[in-house]
Formats: sequence, C-alpha cells, structure tokens
Amino acid sequence: MFISNCIEILNKYGSSLMLGVQTTLIVALTGTIFGLVLGLIVGGFRAVKLDFTASPAARFCKGFFDVLANVYITIFRGTPMMVQAVFIYYALLDIIHWDKLPAAIFVISINTGAYMAEIIRSGIQAVDPGQSEAARSLGMSNAQTMFSIVIPQAVKNAFPAISNEFVVNIKDSSVLMIISITELMFQAKSIAGSTFHFTETYFIEAAIYLILTSVASLILNLIEKRMNSTVRLSIPSSVTDTVTVDYMSKKEKSDD
Amino acid sequence: MTEPIVEIKNIHKSFGPLEVLKGVDFTVNKGEVVCLIGRSGSGKSTLLRCINLLEKPDSGVINVFGQDILHTRNVNAYRAQVGMCFQQFNLFNNMNVLENCVKPQLKVLHISKNEATEKALKFLDKVGMKKFAGADVRTLSGGQKQRVAIARALCMSPKLMLFDEPTSALDPEMVGEVLSVMKELANEGLTMIIVTHEMNFARDVSDRIVFMDQGKIEEQGSPDQLFNTPKSERTRSFLNASIANAR
Repeated sequence: MFISNCIEILNKYGSSLMLGVQTTLIVALTGTIFGLVLGLIVGGFRAVKLDFTASPAARFCKGFFDVLANVYITIFRGTPMMVQAVFIYYALLDIIHWDKLPAAIFVISINTGAYMAEIIRSGIQAVDPGQSEAARSLGMSNAQTMFSIVIPQAVKNAFPAISNEFVVNIKDSSVLMIISITELMFQAKSIAGSTFHFTETYFIEAAIYLILTSVASLILNLIEKRMNSTVRLSIPSSVTDTVTVDYMSKKEKSDD
Repeated sequence: MTEPIVEIKNIHKSFGPLEVLKGVDFTVNKGEVVCLIGRSGSGKSTLLRCINLLEKPDSGVINVFGQDILHTRNVNAYRAQVGMCFQQFNLFNNMNVLENCVKPQLKVLHISKNEATEKALKFLDKVGMKKFAGADVRTLSGGQKQRVAIARALCMSPKLMLFDEPTSALDPEMVGEVLSVMKELANEGLTMIIVTHEMNFARDVSDRIVFMDQGKIEEQGSPDQLFNTPKSERTRSFLNASIANAR
C-alpha cells in the first residue's frame, strides 16, 4: 500500500519533484557562492589589523566598517531565515517589485554571508601571523598581504566549514517555501495537498533531501582531498632530503 | 667609508608596563656587519624590529638611508629596501620555493615575471637551494627554509639586512649551512645587523659587536676588544656564561 502509493506519486508528480530539486539546488548553490564572496569581504576586512602606519582616515573607515559588520552578523545569525525571508521579500516588494526566486537567492546569500564571515575570520586567525610579518617586511601592503598570502591559506583551512554551509543550505532552503518559490519543500507540500498521501509524499521528500546532501558531501570531500594533495611535485630527482623523499613515496602510493 | 646607514637616537619602547628599550643610541655604517648579543629580554630583537618598523618606538629618532623613517609617508617602499630574516623563517606556506621569492618582487618592485624569476633563481643558487625551486616549502628542513628566506629577502635588492636570531630555531647540524651563507654575504660587503646567540660566529664575522643589557647598550667594540678585554663587569659575566654553555 505504502510502496504502491509512493510509486504512484513518483510517476504522476516526478516532474514537479524534479523542478523542486532543481530550484533547491540553484538556490543553495548560488546562495553559498554569493555568501562566500560576501563572507570573504566582511571577514577579510574584519580580520585586518591596522598598524601604526595606517592613516587616521583608514582608521575611521575600519572602525565604522567593524560596527556595521557586527550589526550585520548579529542580526542575520540571530534571527530565523524564515523570518528574514518574509520580512525582506515583502519589505522590498513595493520598492523594487522583484520576483520570488531572486528574492530567495538574495535572502539565503546574505544569511550565509553572515556565517561565512565568521568562518573566514577564524580561518584567517589560524594563519600564522609570522607570514604576514614577513610579507610586510618585504614591503607588501596590508591589502597585498591579505589577498596573496593570508586569504588563500584561510580559505583552504576553512574549506570543510565552507562546504558544510552548502550542505546546510540544501536543507535550510526549505524554509524559503514561505515566499512560495518552487523548491522541494514547497512542491512536496503541494503534492501532499492534492493527493492526501501525506506520509508517502514527505517520505519521498526526505529521501530526496538525504540523497542530495549525501552526494554533495561526497563531492566536497573529494575536492577537499584533492586540494590537500595539490602540492606541486616538481621536485627534481636530485633531491636527497629525507623529508621530501618520504613525502614523495607516500604521494605515489595514494595516486595508485 | 664611514657613511652611516642607520642612526638611532635615544629610542624608548614599552610593551604595557614593561620598558624594553630604555634610551638606545646606535649607529651602523655602510658595509658594516654588526652583531647584537645579550640575554633574552635585553631588547635586541625589539631594537631590530624597530629598524624595520615592525615595532614603533615610543620616542626617539631613527634615520635610515638619511631618511627619518618614523615620519616617512611610504613605509612599504622603505621596508622593501630593508631585508629581514626571522627566527621562524616565515616562508609563505601557500607557495613553493620559487614563488616565495618571485611573488614579493612582482607585488612590490613591479618588474616582469621573467626578470623576477631570473633574479630568484640567481639568489636561490647562491644559497644552494636552486634545485629545490619547485619544492613545497613545508617539506624543507629548517636550515633549507632559512636559506630560502635569505634568498627571498635578497631578491628585493636590500641595502641593509636584518637577521633576528636566524639560527635559534634550527637543529645544531643545520646551523652551519645558514651561517656560511650569511658569512658569504658579509664578505661581499652587505650591511648587516644580526641578533644572535652564536658567539663564535659573531666573533668571526662582525666588524663590531654590541652587547645589550636591560634595555640599554652596555658595551660595544670590535670582536677582539669585547671578547678579550671587556670593560664592563656585566659583559664579562655574560660572555663567560655563554662560552661556558658552548662547551
């Protein structure tokens, strides 16, 4: 009975479920990417430490920015995304008359950005400050040091937390059904409403979410592994250093 | 010949309640190799870091290359002329050996990549690290890392090199390879200020040795004079202790 109902729903409503999956993935992926960019900007600026060489104007801007960033992070981490979605969507609807999908992407992006800012900031703090000092001693500016030395390492350090945000977004985008975008939760709710097979429909929905998050985790783990092994191995064979030799033999094994 | 490159007058520096430099006057002439010695906490490293503006003195004057660096507008351009090597090497972990030497040149000197690479390979060759150009810096030994750090600093064509305990974090068997590179630089006439605990090296390579104690310069002079006929009782007891430890 249960299984036959499930099969019936899949047959009849397969295409609308697929639309839900598509919308969910679009919202989660773009939201994570925009959120990451936002987080890099906010987290990067927050982590900048001005030394005595900074001008008073720079100091003022930095102080002003820090206050803004704090307010932003506090608000968006301290309220539910569902509330943010309805509030922002309706508050701006009269002004910019936007569609629901861009609104949903906007909301999930700035929500993710607040979390990303903190992730990036802790990633930056984990980079040994001696490297920044060395960069400054070579004549590199604060910004050059941040963008060519610190942030690449911070992003790599924080990659597990960053990719976790994507998995979280796949699930949490379900609350955006409150502004009626055609993501998976919204589609499932419509199907359940027209078939009255609530258990079966939501069971299918849960299974789809589980598949999406599992596959996403798997892919992200592979990327993470690959990132950690992209140590350039153009070391000439004349190298006799034992540390390097050990490292190379390990690397060859893992390539098999 | 005695053209002063670094002139420091009466600098003071405190970290909170702790006064680290208590009025230091210090001059280094062009081509001179000066070693700063003294106990931990005597202010040697702070003095060195003030010269590169990694610390700002609370008061006093620092003139380098005839320029008042405490009031200079372009700190980055100034720092590019002063090379610095650190105890912990501080290589950029997101780059390989060659990129460590090339990237700062591209960012600061605005020269072409080919030119920067050529220069980097030249200095890596000089420190004996050319064959490791493509290696990940995390796979190197301490001595190798410090030699790369020296090459990286040399790529900026510094007029003055600062060394902050360059061998203190190294295993004993690696100290020699770094010191021999530094000795070569000293022989070429590069102006160098070296904070070190290697008494034999200091004696061997310096034109002048400065002994610091409790935030002040206690005594300075030629290696022979300082090691053989120290005037101050404190200098004598420090040297005796250091030499006893070395044995």
